Amino acid sequence: MNVNNVMSNKKIIAIYVLPALLLILALIYVPILLTGYYGLMKWDGIGKMDFIGLANYTSLIKDPKFWGSAYHSFLLALFSAISLIGYLLVSIILAGKIRGADLFRKIYLIPMLLASVAIAQLWLKIYHPTNGILNNLLTSMGVENTPEWLADPKIALYAIFIPIIWQYAGFYILIYYAALKNIPESLIEAAKIDGASAWQIAVKIKLPLIMNVIKITIVLAVVGSLKYFDLIYVMTDGGPNGSSEVMASYMYHQAFRGFDFGYGSAIGFFLLIICLVVTWVITKLTASKEDVNY
Amino acid sequence: MSTLQTKSSALPVKKSSTPLSSVGNKAAYGFLYVVLIILAIFQIFPIVWLFLFSLKNNQEVFNMSPLSFPADPKWENYVRVWTEGNISQYFLNSVVYTVSAVVLTVLLASMVTFAITRMNWKLNKLVLGLFMVGLMIPVHSTLIPLFNTFSKLNLIDNPLSIILSYTAFNLPITIMILLGFYQTLPKEVEEAAVMDGASVHRIFFRISLPMSMPVMATAGIINMIYNWNEFVFVNTFISSEKYKTLTVGIQNFIGQYTTDWGAIGATLMISILPILLAFLVMSNRIVEGIAAGSVKG
Repeated sequence: MNVNNVMSNKKIIAIYVLPALLLILALIYVPILLTGYYGLMKWDGIGKMDFIGLANYTSLIKDPKFWGSAYHSFLLALFSAISLIGYLLVSIILAGKIRGADLFRKIYLIPMLLASVAIAQLWLKIYHPTNGILNNLLTSMGVENTPEWLADPKIALYAIFIPIIWQYAGFYILIYYAALKNIPESLIEAAKIDGASAWQIAVKIKLPLIMNVIKITIVLAVVGSLKYFDLIYVMTDGGPNGSSEVMASYMYHQAFRGFDFGYGSAIGFFLLIICLVVTWVITKLTASKEDVNY
Repeated sequence: MSTLQTKSSALPVKKSSTPLSSVGNKAAYGFLYVVLIILAIFQIFPIVWLFLFSLKNNQEVFNMSPLSFPADPKWENYVRVWTEGNISQYFLNSVVYTVSAVVLTVLLASMVTFAITRMNWKLNKLVLGLFMVGLMIPVHSTLIPLFNTFSKLNLIDNPLSIILSYTAFNLPITIMILLGFYQTLPKEVEEAAVMDGASVHRIFFRISLPMSMPVMATAGIINMIYNWNEFVFVNTFISSEKYKTLTVGIQNFIGQYTTDWGAIGATLMISILPILLAFLVMSNRIVEGIAAGSVKG
């Protein structure tokens, strides 16, 4: 019996691969194609579909509410990407032989492990206009007109950014910390002997060595923000007056509240295209010659 | 690399610093420590506050200092929300869906990873690619077609739609976590097993699967967290109270209790407690799984 013959049995390979493969084809790949197809229909979700060509997509392009929601999503992406700089700094501190570093990064991670719905409900209480801890704190500091954080269209969106960033901070710190810990100690020691300062070591040695990981986190943060939904749905439901609507919540409202499933599908398909294009663009922009292998 | 090492061992003297800069170093070190501690407080504080107000009645919430521990903790808040309403039913549903999907996902993912890394076939790279691209797909882009398909199959308001969706959408990240382990398994083990006349199934179930226990535990706990916290699928596919999970259930439940802070706090604590406990017991695995599932792509 040859091991290569035994391990090349086509029937057995099919048995091992097909159940999982069929599941992702049926529940992920076929649906994303169907989303594009449903986008060509006038359809209330229950009755018959009527083919209307590209009408949904052309009205989407002219829909100021959609572009408003897209603007909010991109704003969140920008905030998330900028906050990566802060996480990177914290990780560099943590990885620099800090006592208790392991405990710190675990504490930072806790919010990310909790359900978004629970986090959303908790932050609703934090932002509560009269009894929330935030306004209590402001009042005790002598602030008189404390803001109605989630009811004020000017600040509602930004107020939601805070818990989103709170939620994911530990995730990125964990990734950067793990990458920094992978840098061989000897490289750092050698640089120290050559008289490099801690700042020089961080910028000239550590950052270039974890560049690949940084690129991946940029993609994760930006794409994760563009498709973000949970906290916004629970905390403001896109309101007040659309001021915190994002692409995914707009799609959800059009389909499952407005019963315009054709239009909702068009938004869903557009969201998919935007995520794929943005991933591709970031990968291209940050690609350097030696590494294109992820 | 070796030259660098000899260099560093040859010149140990330069490492010692003058007293002055060591004072500066200590101050800088202290400052960095303060930054880390402030961040830790920011991350943990809302959860501590939640725990405290879950043990108070409204009067205590509104009149006492937010960080005070109530003189007479109202554990009955927990009893009340657990017995009134459907929280215990939601909790049970969450457990059942989470466990079923975790078992199914980890088993199917192990089979695929085994076939991709240990067996010889031409399309293995392509199939792996299909699973990995699945990580990039926004869930919301699949929601309407899934809803429509499940409706046609009479699977709307049926737990099966939830378990299948959890499994499909968690397969990519599970495979990613398992991949590193399966790639490093020594070929000799399989060769010896084949010599002894073992079949592929025997190799998989009796050798690979048991050997992969630690990494399966890592993948399992990550799956558990994702499933336990999932919201959109249940919110969209399930309408009966008897099938709802905690995440969707507490959303409605809290709606009825808008003014009772203690009840809301107790409900939220019940929903996050299993994850917090899992984190206390298995924090290393969780850290490892999140790192493995995010960057290796």
